[in-house]
Amino acid sequence: MKHVPDPNLPVELDGGRLRRDGVQCVLDPGDEFGVEAGLRLVEEHGGEVTLVSMGPPAAAEAIKRGLSMGAHRGLLISDDALAGADALATATVLAAALGGRDFDLIIAGVESTDGYTGTMPSTLAELLGLPQLTFATSLSVTGSSVRVDRQSPDGYQVVECPLPALVTVTAGVNEPRYPSFKGIMAAKKKPMEELALGDLAVELDVRQKVVQVTQAEERRAGQVVAADGDTAGRIADLLAEAKVI
Amino acid sequence: MAGVWVYAEVTSDGGVDTAALEILTKARTLGGELAAVALGPGASAAAGRLGEHGAATVYASDDEVFADYVAQPAAHALHHLVEKHAPELILFATNYDSRDIAGRLSAKTGSPLMSNATDLLGLDRARTAVAGGATLVDVALEGSPRLVLVRPKSFKAEPSGGAAELVPVDVDVPGELRLAKRVERHEAAASGPRLEDAGVVLAGGRGLGEAGNFKLLDELASLIPNAAVGATRAVVDAGWVPYAYQIGQTGKAVKPDVYIAAGISGATQHIVGMKGAKRVVAINKDDDAPIFQMADFGVVGDALKVLEQLIDEVRSRTGGAP
Repeated sequence: MKHVPDPNLPVELDGGRLRRDGVQCVLDPGDEFGVEAGLRLVEEHGGEVTLVSMGPPAAAEAIKRGLSMGAHRGLLISDDALAGADALATATVLAAALGGRDFDLIIAGVESTDGYTGTMPSTLAELLGLPQLTFATSLSVTGSSVRVDRQSPDGYQVVECPLPALVTVTAGVNEPRYPSFKGIMAAKKKPMEELALGDLAVELDVRQKVVQVTQAEERRAGQVVAADGDTAGRIADLLAEAKVI
Repeated sequence: MAGVWVYAEVTSDGGVDTAALEILTKARTLGGELAAVALGPGASAAAGRLGEHGAATVYASDDEVFADYVAQPAAHALHHLVEKHAPELILFATNYDSRDIAGRLSAKTGSPLMSNATDLLGLDRARTAVAGGATLVDVALEGSPRLVLVRPKSFKAEPSGGAAELVPVDVDVPGELRLAKRVERHEAAASGPRLEDAGVVLAGGRGLGEAGNFKLLDELASLIPNAAVGATRAVVDAGWVPYAYQIGQTGKAVKPDVYIAAGISGATQHIVGMKGAKRVVAINKDDDAPIFQMADFGVVGDALKVLEQLIDEVRSRTGGAP
């Protein structure tokens, strides 16, 4: 899961990257669906949900939000040297932190609401030697296999694979619960493990960097009018001018 | 000479994903030796189209394994080809399967992977647009191969009239990579023009109130030649219309002559999929909706009423025939 600038606020940039300091951050709304999916699976099959995030110390707030929804424990990987990590570096760190641990399923959002990169989960799956089921709009576990409906350009496909595996979920896979007061109180006592880069045997080499930032030519707003008796005629005029009717 | 590869998604009848042809067209201008990689049934048959768009070589395998199992076999085959031929740059379209394959390849080769490119500036440099397209960010990539995912509709596909040499890919996909199996497909090609090719796109959002009101957009589309209906992620996630309707970051990119946004507020997610439209008409009851910032003609009002009137107006002007 990821702690991201609140997507309901205007985007602030700093040298082509999203500004995070001094900006209101929240648990990525896309990740709430992943937390909910995990909680439902353990309610049905037993087990525990561990929340994992890489980010600045404040990312602990994102984990706490998930703990207050009902997850069992948290793991935060935080280190100044990780600022600006790209998808490969992030996946490398997560793989080092998760490799060797006992789990059946890793659940992630399809893409973060801030970076929209959308490749970190599949890179992580490859590094851990796991199959991946991405773009899941529904998710179920039966025995030792996991099955999803996977979005595709013209509909969906049903895809299944044996556990352990990695799944990415879309918004719409479920309706995330709100933390209860009891959940919020309980979250304060739940275990939270913290790791720094020195605790993991990884070498990072970020090989993409922003070299230039420019403003795009903005599309200019045209006329905005209140709907009246002429509105449909004016839209039809525009269609005719464009020679589409 | 530097090798530039384009990974092309293909269909079993030899069809090629339009986005791959767009990327090939642009890649012709970068210099370097251009090749395409196509994996799965139809790959060899697609070599003609890929060659016409600039690929000098097409590495192809028609093996069913690439269609039956998600990502792992294709990433394995690509890795095998990379080790053998050492391309410098590999380009993918930001599509469902390609995103997964590129992510896996990045781990196998230790390659930097840039997502959501909207322009290619050279063999080691690409551009992306952030903040809803308002800011352009140029990124330099180091190492080899460098991997870039390019948004569909970033370029126009134009054939150059070439022909490709077909090189069969001979790679064994071990059993441990045959795990994520496609067991059912629920995919129907929609009737009428494809959303991404339509000249007029009629898109609906939450402001339409309920799923049933999409029939207004269907009716209007039936009156306009080459018109298709699309939707925002919010209403797709709510189950009002199938995923195939989704326009935006995670859906389709469209570039029609006219885009009519009905009951759409204009979230960044959605804007990146439609900002290439020539003319934008927005109808929304909230006069603060960001969509008005980019509309050529904005109407503040009830989208359902305006659509009903527009249907009557278009019907009376065209005599009811598309």
